[in-house]
Amino acid sequence: MSATAPPAMANEATKRPGRRALSEGKRAERRLGWLLCAPAAIVMVAVTGWPILYSVWLSLQRYDLRFPNQREFVGLANYATVLTNSYWWQAFGVTSLITVLSVVIELVLGMALALVMHWAFVGRGLVRTVTLVPYGIVTVVAAFSWRYAWSQDVGYLARLFSPEGAPLTERASALAIIVLAEVWKTTPFMALLLMAGLALVPSELLRAAAMDGASAWQRFTKVIVPVMRPAILVALLFRTLDAFRIFDNVFVLTAGSQGTSSVSMLTFNNLIRGLNLGIGATMSVLIFLAVAAIAFVFVKVFGTAAPGSEKEGRR
Amino acid sequence: MVLEVPDRRMSPEARRRAKWWFVNAVVVVYALLPVLWIVSLSFKTKETITDGRLLPREWTLENYRAIFGTSDFVRALVNSVGIALISTTIAVVLGTMAAYAIARLDFPGKRALVGVSLLIAMFPQVSLVSPLFEMERGLGLFDTWPGLILPYITFALPLAIYTLSAFFREIPWELEKAAKMDGATPAQAFLKVIAPLAAPGVFTTAILVFIFCWNDFLFALSLTSTERSRTVPAAMSFFSGSSQFEDPTGTTCAAAVVISVPIIVFVLFFQRRIVAGLTSGAVKG
Repeated sequence: MSATAPPAMANEATKRPGRRALSEGKRAERRLGWLLCAPAAIVMVAVTGWPILYSVWLSLQRYDLRFPNQREFVGLANYATVLTNSYWWQAFGVTSLITVLSVVIELVLGMALALVMHWAFVGRGLVRTVTLVPYGIVTVVAAFSWRYAWSQDVGYLARLFSPEGAPLTERASALAIIVLAEVWKTTPFMALLLMAGLALVPSELLRAAAMDGASAWQRFTKVIVPVMRPAILVALLFRTLDAFRIFDNVFVLTAGSQGTSSVSMLTFNNLIRGLNLGIGATMSVLIFLAVAAIAFVFVKVFGTAAPGSEKEGRR
Repeated sequence: MVLEVPDRRMSPEARRRAKWWFVNAVVVVYALLPVLWIVSLSFKTKETITDGRLLPREWTLENYRAIFGTSDFVRALVNSVGIALISTTIAVVLGTMAAYAIARLDFPGKRALVGVSLLIAMFPQVSLVSPLFEMERGLGLFDTWPGLILPYITFALPLAIYTLSAFFREIPWELEKAAKMDGATPAQAFLKVIAPLAAPGVFTTAILVFIFCWNDFLFALSLTSTERSRTVPAAMSFFSGSSQFEDPTGTTCAAAVVISVPIIVFVLFFQRRIVAGLTSGAVKG
């Protein structure tokens, strides 16, 4: 539509100089907008869009770097291989379990932490500062700390809680430690997102509820949570998608042994250790679809509004 | 302690205060215990490293001397700093341009851009590892700095664009209009008026982006193969003692402390800004 406008404008230019200036300003604005966004858009699309398509193409081939001569188009055979493989489903189950457990625990702890940071009577600055430490620590560093805390010969926690066994070599305890490491690292992020939502709860509303005789718990469930619903959903969405791609903690803590592999870990092993590009790409596509499905559920079923999306629409 | 035996003489005010200090103490222990543990391990001697005590009995700098004595670690540190700084610079420059356009200008395709960056923020990174691994080998980018910088920029951009456009919305419109009325072009208005006002937001974003790049493990592990471009988190996972009989625990912890210190200092100095940045953007890389 903008392409047809300029000639007409140019004809009228002599009669209505005011309008012409305006539309030229408008066109300059558009051009500048595109110009400013182009580099970011090009990089993002080139480094994600194109590889994802390429990934789909790779997933339709038998392509093992150890036997490059056997490369051929095999249709959906890789998908059949992966989807009938018990390791894949085990990793999928483990990933889902870790995701659900850690996100639920984080929501509870994060909410508690947000309430502390928001209403702390003394030492609020201190709490806010130390809360940022887990966020800033490199995930791998934290994972090593947990690994050494729970390894049999070195660790203080292993000595305390299981003096006999080696918690990282048993499936249930290893999974629990992975969840612990994930929760420790990301609860502060959850808490900060929730704190932003908490700031939106009008204090008059809380005071009114208190005056009407609502207990602290009632005020929390009947006033604070409903007002914070959008913030909670956004925090849950981000953390669920983030937890589903868990890799660092699993890699350092167990390297996926004892059936603790996550889907990311399994993909990495097939790709970098096994050098099987076809299978690796197939898993990549499947993980992408799983994440897209999670996002779809959040947006459509829970009505999560992506942050910024409404604001963008308005202007 | 105060909580266990409530003193009758304590006023309700003092009791409330004590209760909050107790809660605060719990939070501090929660946040700092794993950090304390790894710092403590890094200062333990070889003989005492398995004693399981929270604090070292004998302190030593041996582990730090060991890692700075090897090219493995020093090279990885140079890679980490260089790659994170370059990625941060490029991502923040591109992000600033795009965020300015999104916050201030009206043009078709704006919502699409926001949608795309939101998609990328949620993108499972491992889905990119397979195709990037193959493509980078073909393009000669595998195991090079640009080979890591490119994906870092890509995943940092949504974070940068979100955080920055939130900051830019707070900047008063009128100043820009005034500049334009004084004859400045939109580009001049951007460079001369908005950019200086936006500097604090840009700086905060740079910290968040740097932390994101500094933290990456998956790409660093998958897209590198030698010390030429391996960053510290990846290098740490390859640490083995100087002989096979030597346990790498102490040196790994020392390396961990070295890469954590700058981030913790950043975080402590700029905590207010970081909180503002994280909550306004509401996006983690």
